[in-house]
Amino acid sequence: MNDMRITERAVDLSETKISARNVQVFYGDTHAIKDVSVDIADKTVTAFIGPSGCGKSTFLRCINRMNDTIDTARVTGDILIDGEDIYDRRVDPVQLRAKVGMVFQKPNPFPKSIYDNVAYGPRIHGLARNKVELDEIVERSLRRGAIWDEVKDRLDAPGTGLSGGQQQRLCIARAVATEPEILLMDEPCSALDPIATAQVEELIDELRRNYSVVIVTHSMQQAARVSQKTAFFHLGHLVEYGETGQIFTTPRDPRTESYITGRIG
Amino acid sequence: MTDMQDQHIASAYDRDLEAIQALIMKMGGLVEDAITNAARALETRDDEMAEAVRRGDAAVDRLEEQINEEVARVIALRAPTARDLRVVLSVLKISSNLERIGDYAKNLAKRASVLTQMQPVGDSASTLRRMAQQVRAMLKDALDAYVQRDEALALDVRDRDVEVDQMYNNIFRAFITHMMEDPRNITACMHLHFIAKNTERMGDHVTSIADQVVYLTTGSMPDESRQKKDRTPFETHGAVR
Repeated sequence: MNDMRITERAVDLSETKISARNVQVFYGDTHAIKDVSVDIADKTVTAFIGPSGCGKSTFLRCINRMNDTIDTARVTGDILIDGEDIYDRRVDPVQLRAKVGMVFQKPNPFPKSIYDNVAYGPRIHGLARNKVELDEIVERSLRRGAIWDEVKDRLDAPGTGLSGGQQQRLCIARAVATEPEILLMDEPCSALDPIATAQVEELIDELRRNYSVVIVTHSMQQAARVSQKTAFFHLGHLVEYGETGQIFTTPRDPRTESYITGRIG
Repeated sequence: MTDMQDQHIASAYDRDLEAIQALIMKMGGLVEDAITNAARALETRDDEMAEAVRRGDAAVDRLEEQINEEVARVIALRAPTARDLRVVLSVLKISSNLERIGDYAKNLAKRASVLTQMQPVGDSASTLRRMAQQVRAMLKDALDAYVQRDEALALDVRDRDVEVDQMYNNIFRAFITHMMEDPRNITACMHLHFIAKNTERMGDHVTSIADQVVYLTTGSMPDESRQKKDRTPFETHGAVR
């Protein structure tokens, strides 16, 4: 196939950050993820797409062991981050989640001030030795969340008082405050209007410089806009995984083609 | 969702794509007729028929404009991907090819009108008509291949363009001979040569349509392995030593 990438989208230099091998997930008797193996690159936005119930969110939640919180969930296979098995007994899930930040569908700021929303993680993980350092972390995180200019004069105001789009960017700032290496986003824009969505998408593109970003989205156009790599899930299988331009122009699997072109299947 | 389906969930999307492809077929039909009638007008020295071909080209141009507008709408409103994207991209290219073929047919008709005022040169008119018939048959097959998404037929059309190139080479040599024999043939031969060259170019545009069928069905363009059979750029016919 011809190389159709524009330089902006070049991904070849990125190294593997997350490596999944033969991952299976069961919720009780339900087999939700069926033998998924995939390498996710560092400093790259990877999109998971697929119809409802295809397993894309379930798989995303394996990457920071969020499925541990569900009693009936059982995960087998290996997930390695930088070559280390995150399901190893010695791994503390709380420490893991500081390294693997997560942003959810609905903006969920704590009922605290804007400042404290961002400072919460660094405080409990002991990342700042004093108030000056904490102030620096908060400002840097809010800048990375592309919301600093909008809130710098009212850091004591409640985070819940911001608009939906601002709340979501605050949540992203909160997620990056603990210096994670990976950001997981589960439909981060589905509760936002198109302008706020565009701002968050712009932010995602900037975050790519520092993080490995994995985003689950129902919007195929969003996947096409923000990601360099796309993975298509269907009925618990990873059907196709490739460069986003290739997936959206010449998908190899007929199921991928049916889904992205909006055909009945 | 286990098999590839033909129907979109949004049925209006299917209707849009079908409507655009129907316009291509309509345009193709008009262009096929233009080639046939222009060549016939040349052979039978029928000025009226030539005039009808010249007037008919406006309808082809209008269809191209309409197709461009409809394709722009589908791209803006539906954001087509994968093979849907290839359908709209191929429609754009094919309509442009058809428009060019239509122009060549119109030019052929114009020269046919002029040639009715001159002495015929040998049997060149019937040779040119055979060449035009070959191109018209290739165009018909290319459009059939498009409708049926028939890659094999498209590749066959590509191969047959070699014959058109060979016909052009032969007729090129024949014109040189006629002109060397009798300089009074030169004006007519110049017109006839343009007709031959334009018909050869029509074949190239038909080949390009066949390429689009391959792109549409496979997602990539065919290999450029076809030999070039137009040798006339290298012909000297003893004029240069």
